[in-house]
Amino acid sequence: MTDTGYDEWMAAIGDGEGYYLACPDGHGSLPPRHTCPHCGTAELTETALPETGEIVTFTEVNVPAPTFADEAPYVTAVVSFGPVKLTGVVRDVPNDDVELGATVTADVDVNATTDEKLLVFRPADA
Amino acid sequence: MKDVRIAGVGLTKFGSYPERTGRDLFAEAALAAREDAGVSRDDYEEIYYGNFMGELAESQGHQGPVMAEAAGLSCPATRYEQACASAGVAFRQAVRTIRSGAADVVLAGGMERMNNLGTAKVTQSLAIAADELFEVRAGVTFPGAYALMARAYFDEFGGDTEDLAHIAVKNHANAMSNEYAQFHREIAVEDVMESAVVADPLRLYDACPITDGASAIVLVSDDYAEKHGLDAPVSVAGTGQGGDKAALQDREYLARTPAATKAAEEAYADAGISPDDIDVAEVHDCFTIAEVLALESLGLYDHGEGIGAAARGETTRDGDLPVNLSGGLKAKGHPVGATGTAQLVEMTKLLRGDHTNSDAVSDAEIGITHNAGGTVSSAVVHVLEVMN
Repeated sequence: MTDTGYDEWMAAIGDGEGYYLACPDGHGSLPPRHTCPHCGTAELTETALPETGEIVTFTEVNVPAPTFADEAPYVTAVVSFGPVKLTGVVRDVPNDDVELGATVTADVDVNATTDEKLLVFRPADA
Repeated sequence: MKDVRIAGVGLTKFGSYPERTGRDLFAEAALAAREDAGVSRDDYEEIYYGNFMGELAESQGHQGPVMAEAAGLSCPATRYEQACASAGVAFRQAVRTIRSGAADVVLAGGMERMNNLGTAKVTQSLAIAADELFEVRAGVTFPGAYALMARAYFDEFGGDTEDLAHIAVKNHANAMSNEYAQFHREIAVEDVMESAVVADPLRLYDACPITDGASAIVLVSDDYAEKHGLDAPVSVAGTGQGGDKAALQDREYLARTPAATKAAEEAYADAGISPDDIDVAEVHDCFTIAEVLALESLGLYDHGEGIGAAARGETTRDGDLPVNLSGGLKAKGHPVGATGTAQLVEMTKLLRGDHTNSDAVSDAEIGITHNAGGTVSSAVVHVLEVMN
């Protein structure tokens, strides 16, 4: 399946050139968007995603959906990059060692079950 | 504006009935509500029906006409889909339709068939209430989403999994005498704490079960009730709805649900009440943490204070504000698209005095229901009042 806007954004994350959409009021959002979800303006500018973000919440999922059967147990985290937050699976850290406040980078890996692209986070100091 | 009254209510028993079709379940609830109401068949003008995953569970889209037939009615029928808030939204539209004068009699209800899919496919199906691109593809399940909120809550406000366990224990106790509930099993805090982890920090007993069931309510205008001498002692005094960003990552708060606050403020203003006036509440406890978020968003507790309410005995059957006397989604069960009107059925009976737990709130005059969709990206609140 092709998802125009999202696919290009994921590819950029994978290339280390991640971006988000910024509006003049400083709100951040992710494509595909025609308007800012926070204030409604159509003035959206592709802006470089900060290199690192901070884990603001996470969960270790033991009961997965079938599309994540081969990943479980896996840790899904929400990471704040300042104006935007991203959701992805934490890689390169044992599940038990994932902590709130940890600094991570965003990357793209492969979902072991579906072979589809998967947004992942890796420790910033790795 | 016409006042709206509840003339009749109906439920199926909630449980695991993988062999029962959706139309069979809805027929049972609708006919029970029709019998309770005693309204002439020809007087029904609209059916507003909630359902979430009928395409996935039984390959049935366009369910409105199917369910009108099941209910034995020939009026137009429209389906509402708003994830777990589907029936709450359907009920709200029935209220607005009658208030506008466009109809005097509306049947509102909902149905969900789930257990025929098995746990893995149900998990996949429920996840579609989340943001597909940014949450589902990142491994967010329904329990996982609430687990993300639970951890954020603990981090911001404190509290722990034992506090949550008390909510499960309370709601299981409330369901014991409810013949419509899926579970009739008392549990202890230790049972919750020792149950399997589904999505850390939430365990199996923090979660509602997978449920098949249906619910239905006959709403009538005040004029119609008077003219036909209906016994309809409960009125719909207030309705409100709120929305939020679909994905958790796009929200300002991870441990608050402002959509419910917006819905509550609108419903309270509509009814002319404040949170202090509320005698009893049925809230959307799909997970134990969801009851905490609901109590706080509804203005019944300050942020950070709701987590200990059950442990302190304030929301138990004998507390100052009994919450989920039906057993809640946690123990009564959660047939997703039926839940909104199921809560309103339970509340109507609690206020009428014919609920198994009515004796716990024998002087209650005002009750509220809180129905949420997804991670409370949708919320519907209703205020019911006993007519004087």
